[in-house]
Amino acid sequence: MTVNETNKIDASCRVPLLVLFGGAAMWLVLGSVLALAASLTFHMPDKFGDCTWGTYGHLQPAADNALLYGFCIPAGLGVVLWIFARLGQTPLRGALVPVIAAHLWHLGVLVGLVGIFVGDSTGYAWLEFPRGGSALLFFAYMLLGLWALMNFSGRREGGMFPSHWFLITALFLFPWIYSMANIMIVGWPVRGVVQAVIAWWFGNNLTFLWTSLIGLGTAFYFLPKFSGRPLHTYFYALFAFWTLIIFGSMRGVPIGAPVPAWLPALSALNSLMLLVPIAAIVVIGWKTIRGGTGQACKGGSYCMIKFGFVSFILSALLLVTSACSHFSQLTQFTWFGAAQTQLQLYGFFTVTMFGAIYYILPRAVGIEFAFPKFIRLQHWLAMTGIILFVAALVIGGVAQGLKLQNPDAAFADSTKAALPFLRASTMGLMLMLLANLLFALNVFAMIGAWKWSLVKTVFAAVIAPLNKPEVKA
Amino acid sequence: MKNGFVIFLAAFGVLLMSWSTFVLLPQLQLGGAKQVAVLNSSDVYPVNRPGEANQGLQVYRANGCAACHTEQVQQTGVVCEVVLTSAGKNPSVVSNLVATLKLRSLTEQEAEAAAGKITAAGGKAETHVIATGADIARGWGLRRSVAQDFLYDNLVQLGSLRVGPDLADVGRRRPDANWQLLHLYAPKSVVENSAMPPFRYLFETKKIGATPSPDALILKKEFAPAAGYEVVPKPEAKKLVAYLLSLHTDVPLYDAPFTALQTSTNAPAK
Repeated sequence: MTVNETNKIDASCRVPLLVLFGGAAMWLVLGSVLALAASLTFHMPDKFGDCTWGTYGHLQPAADNALLYGFCIPAGLGVVLWIFARLGQTPLRGALVPVIAAHLWHLGVLVGLVGIFVGDSTGYAWLEFPRGGSALLFFAYMLLGLWALMNFSGRREGGMFPSHWFLITALFLFPWIYSMANIMIVGWPVRGVVQAVIAWWFGNNLTFLWTSLIGLGTAFYFLPKFSGRPLHTYFYALFAFWTLIIFGSMRGVPIGAPVPAWLPALSALNSLMLLVPIAAIVVIGWKTIRGGTGQACKGGSYCMIKFGFVSFILSALLLVTSACSHFSQLTQFTWFGAAQTQLQLYGFFTVTMFGAIYYILPRAVGIEFAFPKFIRLQHWLAMTGIILFVAALVIGGVAQGLKLQNPDAAFADSTKAALPFLRASTMGLMLMLLANLLFALNVFAMIGAWKWSLVKTVFAAVIAPLNKPEVKA
Repeated sequence: MKNGFVIFLAAFGVLLMSWSTFVLLPQLQLGGAKQVAVLNSSDVYPVNRPGEANQGLQVYRANGCAACHTEQVQQTGVVCEVVLTSAGKNPSVVSNLVATLKLRSLTEQEAEAAAGKITAAGGKAETHVIATGADIARGWGLRRSVAQDFLYDNLVQLGSLRVGPDLADVGRRRPDANWQLLHLYAPKSVVENSAMPPFRYLFETKKIGATPSPDALILKKEFAPAAGYEVVPKPEAKKLVAYLLSLHTDVPLYDAPFTALQTSTNAPAK
């Protein structure tokens, strides 16, 4: 493949990627502002009582959804579009459709977030967006997914790579779980606790399995590229893929839930079995990175994807602890769960996407980032922020759980035990907000530079002297 | 796996398995659930919540209460106790026997054996079943929550975080609507070290008219509005309280048995 062809492929993704990543960067910043505000309600609960939207019950779901639906999914889809075009060596055709779909997606997120603030939330975690928002999201996802698959099936390079398996499965996963959950909980609701079981099934498949598939698919594309060694190996990847989708999709119901006992038991068993894909993924990562001859890390894309990879292992190991009934009795209903979710969505997925986007955007747009020094700073801020947040809430969660499980301790003691850790986690959120601002700054500057170059091109065309024959005529 | 179609089939198969197990099977098992008999009683359970309480569930949802409160009492198991109800004709024999027996923290078989011995000696004994676990000890419920508790709810707010206490049984624990309203308006006025934010927007502060509103809250001095004003709950607040008061897990069921005892229901929980 010549440099020229590669440039063409990158350029074919330009406009869809700018819309997807630009909107994603905006939601990312908004989401972390909301998360910070939600966290502050614990430090000064009296200040937020006069307005409907200012309570934790509105701010936290909005922050979670802004991160997952606002950033993670559109960023992931953009990266998938580009990786498919690159792996298949086929330019993206009909880029107008993904551009429209990306706008629809961001509109859906806006509708959903407004819905949460005016009290139209559906009341189920990760499914809070009211119908209007979720219908837009579903439609936009179908268009984007379809375009990615059309590019895949029309690829010039006929082979299939491990990244393909992960990314294609994730493309199918979302429409299935999102439509099922919306139909059976929101549209034509089933009765009683089955709603809660479906919501848990959906939440696990989206926040754990979908993000894992996209994030690992991306990492398996970039790690060999950066380390200069081939992915180790095809068969390990195949094994990890199968075990991850089988065990990862069959869990999610917490221990002690008021549902038939086989559901939490099966979930716990499959949580334990997650050790199998984790082991395979550790081997793949270790053998692919170690002794690489490629570029040094230096706080750029490679660093971010490596950090995301380690976060995935840790986040999955935190999920495995839910298989141990004594430990999960202690940590359920505490901040421990929030720590795991944030590690998965931010430490693993968002940071991996940062790495991918920093690599992809300059190539797709053909302009370098305006503030290259911020990239390294951003990486350190994001990394310190998420480590602080997760470590604080894991320890705080255990401290809170020990008080909750001890009936002689007053309930207020459990809240008090977690409070210093909650303060530390607020600090972590502030660092992540700074990191997100730096990321957004670079992306927005890129979009601005691209628009400015468009204006210049048009202007140049307007004032260009006419050709002589035309003047004569 | 060289072919996109193979991947599609793989993903489809695995998803179908996951969906059948976690969506279809639970619906087949529970979708047709009906009311069940209450243990040692002719009543059936559950009955639908009153209309205002069902509307209150929507207020609960809209305000994201489930972000901080769970509605699922958990228990670790049950223990049995044997209680002597009558010493019979030979009190000294029975009381000597009782002194030698272990009557608390028994399994069901041990309790039956102990009760059998007392009956054989001429006394009368009852076996009580008591749920165990931290939640029960806190007074958050008399038994664990079960699927049956949510049979008629078209929104099941089980929650996942306990920044605030569990609410599955709050209607039994705090049956006073006025207390609930005060707690919503100014949590610290009734629970000194509460971490709950005040929900003042569910209330209206207005000038006292010709006759004071009968609904007006009677607040402590530091929480009271300016002189000449009163705090009146909006309909949302009343619905929410109706919902909270409808939350009970105090009915013994086959799935979650316990012996209902006559105890004071106004005791505040720990």
